[in-house]
Amino acid sequence: MKVYLDNAATTRVDSRILAKIKPYFTEKYGNASSIHALGQEAFLALEGAKNLVAKAINGDSVNVIFTSGATEANNFIIKGVARANRTEKKNKIIVSAIEHPCVLESARELIKEGFKVEYLPVNREGIIEPEALRRLIDSSTILVSVMAVNNEIGTIQDITTLAKITHEHDAYFHTDAVQAVPYLKLDVKKMGLDFLSLSGHKFYGPKGVGVAYINRQVKIKPLIIGGGQEDGYRSGTYNLPGIMGLAYALELAYQERSAYLKKVKSLRDYLWQKIKKEIPNVAVNGSLKDRTPANLNVMFHSVEGEAILMDLSFKGVYVSTGSACSATDLRGSYVLQAIGLNKNFLNSNIRFSLGRYNTRSEIDYTVKCLADSIKRLRSFSPIK
Amino acid sequence: MALKYTKKTINHFLHPQNIGEIKKPDGFAQIGNAVCGDQLDFFLKVEKGKIKDVKFLSFGCASNIATASIMTEKIKGMTVAEAKKYPWQKIVTELGGLPQQKIHCSVMAVQGLKKAIADYEAKQGKAKIPTIKKVTRKAGKKKK
Repeated sequence: MKVYLDNAATTRVDSRILAKIKPYFTEKYGNASSIHALGQEAFLALEGAKNLVAKAINGDSVNVIFTSGATEANNFIIKGVARANRTEKKNKIIVSAIEHPCVLESARELIKEGFKVEYLPVNREGIIEPEALRRLIDSSTILVSVMAVNNEIGTIQDITTLAKITHEHDAYFHTDAVQAVPYLKLDVKKMGLDFLSLSGHKFYGPKGVGVAYINRQVKIKPLIIGGGQEDGYRSGTYNLPGIMGLAYALELAYQERSAYLKKVKSLRDYLWQKIKKEIPNVAVNGSLKDRTPANLNVMFHSVEGEAILMDLSFKGVYVSTGSACSATDLRGSYVLQAIGLNKNFLNSNIRFSLGRYNTRSEIDYTVKCLADSIKRLRSFSPIK
Repeated sequence: MALKYTKKTINHFLHPQNIGEIKKPDGFAQIGNAVCGDQLDFFLKVEKGKIKDVKFLSFGCASNIATASIMTEKIKGMTVAEAKKYPWQKIVTELGGLPQQKIHCSVMAVQGLKKAIADYEAKQGKAKIPTIKKVTRKAGKKKK
């Protein structure tokens, strides 16, 4: 049996989406910037995709900029807004301590350019308290960036309140909403978001395509320049198959939202109940309440996370320690450090992220394998 | 995941050799890596200057377990002097290579072994004499 429980890393493309995007490779392959009929057909499809994205997040389609993924979208927004709006009085950006590396590294690059960067702490539950933002924000702040849902522990932030505080200080607000689809009903207007990032492959769409939703009233410096596509905000030929895939996948994710949430929640809760029952000395990291129903991050006392991951992998169960991008990094998770997890437990964690295709019998199999793995690894652990 | 383990490494991870503890060991050491958080405990039984038995416990990743496993297999039966000189490079070769970011596991295994041998030697009361001898010899060489 093969069990894929790493849906926060990436998801399998939904076959319905795949069928819908195939024609854009072989029949409707025109360049959306070409003036001839084939190009115009592609352009109309592109417009349609923008409308679908805008509808899903209650935004305006002109503000939808397609990118190569969320890493590019986050780089573009954070660096672009900071660089374009810098004045003598404004030179600070605020990001949370548990942002994705593409946000943290973008911020680090800005430090080198002389910007001031401040990091919002999270509490033990993995939540950013509005008070923390009130303490850091001031009139020198250009941009505040807080992820809607954390990739490692799945915790949900109160984006609406954080955006409101940000606007009270005449700064702009960005959220990396990559892990939020379809768990949160994203509404850029109600939530007061100036900028938002999405990634197609996190919700059963293709890899290599993302969205930077931008507030066109705010100055932003492009990251990629060239042929002037996307009104000059992002040059490069439109990746139409990817763009259509992202748009359809986003639409589908929200159409099927309630059944999906119910399903993953029941499986996630079943997984956690079973782990607690079958394996002693385990604990969940971060708030179980304020998190997406698809995520479970568990600490297994006295065993090393990567050893668990590898042992499970040989049994056909695919999970991760923290995030997939940190898999080759030796250090313990900075997210778990930020929520104050004891130093001795930092390397004993597994992230399970459930998805559309998981079944109850897969969960049974997973816990059976997991119990065996933990038992084996604990049998020779020097930590008692 | 960019982690490519050889079949031999995987085999040692799934079926580690010399796992466990030795009661009343002649030498014992605990070694840890502050960066990756891994930990190894080594137990030695020495008879007539030879490693009669060696066992280990591990809190570590697949390569941490595999490197300690193969090293204990190789040094069992060696003289203490030989075991002390067992190079980490040999572990890597024996396993058919290790991913770059996992090389430090083999270094840690060897360090742990050396520490356990030092503990054995200290218990024998011989620790200081050979150490000083070595140091003087090295110092002498440098002068030349």
